[in-house]
Amino acid sequence: MPVAEPFVSTRNPCKACSPLGACLAFRGIEGAVPFLHGSQGCATYIRRYLISHFREPMDVAASSFSESSTVFGGGDKLRRGLDNVSRQYQPRMIGIATTCLVETIGEDVKMLLNDYHPAAEPAPDLVHVSTPSYRGTHVDGFHAAVRAVVGQLAEAGEPTSSVNLFPGAVSPADLRHLKEIASAFSLDVAILPDYSDTLDGAQLEEYRKIPEGGTPLASIRAMGRAAVSIEFGRTLEGSATGAAELERKFGIARKTLGWPVGVVESDRFFSELSAISGRPVPQIFVRERGRLVDSYVDAHKYVFGKRAIVYGEEDLVVGLAAFLSEIGIQPVLCASGGQSGRLEAAVAAVTASSVGPVLARGNLDFAAVRELALEMKPDFMIGGSKGYSIARELDIPLIRVGFPIHDRIGGQRILHLGYRGAQQLFDAVTNTLLARAQDRSPVGYSYL
Amino acid sequence: MHILEERQRQVHRKGSEPFDLDCNKQSAAGSVSQRACVFCGSRVVLYPIADALHLVHGPIGCASYTWDIRGALSSGPQLHRNSFCTDLKELDVIQGGEKKLHKALTQLIVEHQPKAAFVYSTCIVGVIGDDVEAVCRQISAEQGIPVLPVHSEGFKGTKRDGYRAACEALLKLVGTGDPSGVSKASINILGDFNLAGEVWMIRKYYERMGLEVTATITGDGRVDDIRRAHGAALNLVQCSGSMMHLAKVMKDRYGIPFRKVSYFGIEDMSQALYDTAAHFAGVVPGIQERTVELVRGELQYILPEIAEYRKRLAGKKAAIYVGGAFKAFSLVRALRHLGMDTVMVGSQTGLKEDYEELRELCDEGAIIVDDSNPLELSSFLSERQVDLFIGGVKERPIAYKLGIGFCDHNHERKLALAGFEGMLNFAREVYGTVASPVWRLTPRGSAREAAPCR
Repeated sequence: MPVAEPFVSTRNPCKACSPLGACLAFRGIEGAVPFLHGSQGCATYIRRYLISHFREPMDVAASSFSESSTVFGGGDKLRRGLDNVSRQYQPRMIGIATTCLVETIGEDVKMLLNDYHPAAEPAPDLVHVSTPSYRGTHVDGFHAAVRAVVGQLAEAGEPTSSVNLFPGAVSPADLRHLKEIASAFSLDVAILPDYSDTLDGAQLEEYRKIPEGGTPLASIRAMGRAAVSIEFGRTLEGSATGAAELERKFGIARKTLGWPVGVVESDRFFSELSAISGRPVPQIFVRERGRLVDSYVDAHKYVFGKRAIVYGEEDLVVGLAAFLSEIGIQPVLCASGGQSGRLEAAVAAVTASSVGPVLARGNLDFAAVRELALEMKPDFMIGGSKGYSIARELDIPLIRVGFPIHDRIGGQRILHLGYRGAQQLFDAVTNTLLARAQDRSPVGYSYL
Repeated sequence: MHILEERQRQVHRKGSEPFDLDCNKQSAAGSVSQRACVFCGSRVVLYPIADALHLVHGPIGCASYTWDIRGALSSGPQLHRNSFCTDLKELDVIQGGEKKLHKALTQLIVEHQPKAAFVYSTCIVGVIGDDVEAVCRQISAEQGIPVLPVHSEGFKGTKRDGYRAACEALLKLVGTGDPSGVSKASINILGDFNLAGEVWMIRKYYERMGLEVTATITGDGRVDDIRRAHGAALNLVQCSGSMMHLAKVMKDRYGIPFRKVSYFGIEDMSQALYDTAAHFAGVVPGIQERTVELVRGELQYILPEIAEYRKRLAGKKAAIYVGGAFKAFSLVRALRHLGMDTVMVGSQTGLKEDYEELRELCDEGAIIVDDSNPLELSSFLSERQVDLFIGGVKERPIAYKLGIGFCDHNHERKLALAGFEGMLNFAREVYGTVASPVWRLTPRGSAREAAPCR
């Protein structure tokens, strides 16, 4: 068969646009309102996409560009928009991301903001990040926003012993777990961003304009004085992260780890915390690890040699590939719409123990994943809800993790990180495979 | 509640002030409008045409956010449920996207053999100056199918302008097919998008009355049907905000009369069928009798169960915030049928006459609002102590966060709410959310339990 020319179009994207990631990151800062400088539709689409995953209010303001703003510049819209957001929300920070339209017309947002005199008292901090959606994916927008926040807000001063933690776009459940881990090590950790409450909050009697929670601005300012920064992500662009920014500006040491998914990657994280804190790993996690490995042993035969397709954002894919490899499942395809160019190497670095060959491919869409899946005959898929149509066509289970999850509830409560996260993933994977075998069995044993 | 200065005239309280509602204008900057954009308007209208290729020309976002999110069903091809995008990159923005568009279209048309292709321009296409029309003409000549540019740059107006751009694209299809063989007793169904199979229900009603349906535009839509839609004798227009332009031009161009209808709620659904029957009374013998019979039969089936819900819902208060105002009319009436009062109603794209009609329909004190935002909506819900909010995905968390029941009446829904059967579904849905015991556990619910006389 002749090799067909690749499609130039993207068919069923395995990514979203960069302003979405920026809005998500800004939502994790206390008292902040995300603001898009550009068309109204961008804000609305991004809200709908995020709301459908988190099932929480997600307000994103927009400057609502018109034709004349496109021709004559949107400075007036930007100023009025910021004034209106300040009036309505009384935010402590407004995170301003740009859309492709504004980037394309070459608007100098930085200059506009320098010239802007806020009507509100006290004036909110304004953080600006450039997020043209013709460059990178939502994950790049997320990291760019985090970097902009620390770059524009962190301050020098008397050094502290605290730890900066940049976890990436993990779930609210992951963020809560990270805080619990930090506190068990008695470490003073500033996590940026932290949407564990803002995007997974309780019922309210009175509507809150800006949901409670998020990384406090004071903690962000103090990040410039911390002892060390930890960032998660083996595919991060070394020079373009929040931790890199702090290293450059304030000389704060930076430790880059993979997402702590599975035993091996979690071990690296826990031993890093142990080294930083000068304390042994707390017993609660030692025991969690013990139970996790015990369960791996109990169930290893149920999962051995199974073939999985893993997809989603690059660093989650790397983490899942590490986890699957260590339990004897072959991640036959590790796919992402991400375009870092570092996915292949990162997956190779964590899948040395894989029972069979692993193919990692970045810059893929779901049409390409489907074509590969039809050949690879996987036993299951693991990733967000957008892979469902492929799993359905192949008649294999889909285990939902990561983002987005638009066809189940509880995406915000999925725990991926640490030994506890690995335990939940392991139980989900094993039981899905057991259920499948049971359902397919002509006998239907109720005792396995 | 602080209402932005430039929005003050977009909120009206019936009875307290003279009616002078401001609407149909660009959203206030920074307001957090619930509206989308021109692209959204076009995309939502054309989306259900199932045997066409829909290609979004621009960076990835717009295509990503509109991939398979609608409940618009097809009885055949499923091509519309894919997301195709030129996914413009930095270099394309600098050098122009025409070549990429040409190649993308050629490859996709060869692969999927669609009956037509729609090419949606997003914001930056209007700025980088791609001649999308020319590329479409060229591809059309090369591939032998209609290739239709949709001028849907997001910033060029509001969602309503997107509806119009979609109608303009449709108008390039209408009239290009052979209408011979189309019966004198034939209609086009405009403005039903076949969410959860609604157009199939509606179509069946008309066929039982003795009518032929030429084209459904656009629910379960097919290119060839649309091309011969000008052969039909009557256009029935639901969702008039989106489809009126098409109906008006078809009237001017082909002399096809139109009627506004709605298929939501018992009154409006029945009225739609009766009006249509009256229109064809001289052409289709016995149509009016058959229609009366049809309505009677359907009502006999649904009314007893609805009466049960009504007993339990009577006196409850509802708020509505939807895309088009025309749907809101039907909802106010349908809620009244369930014994419920509408105390707040608004829309993203209503016109002044729509809001006037809403004002007429609602009781004293009702809040009427145009192009609202989450802070306003949440304050209205709290102020009026509503039991039910009807809206779309973006409105849902506002209701839920406050411990208020919610009914999704937007394009994402997977439950048929049109037709007689749809009214029964609607009643079940409303009852299922308002009567849920979970509210008792919420802060708002416990407060209300403690003080039952509200």
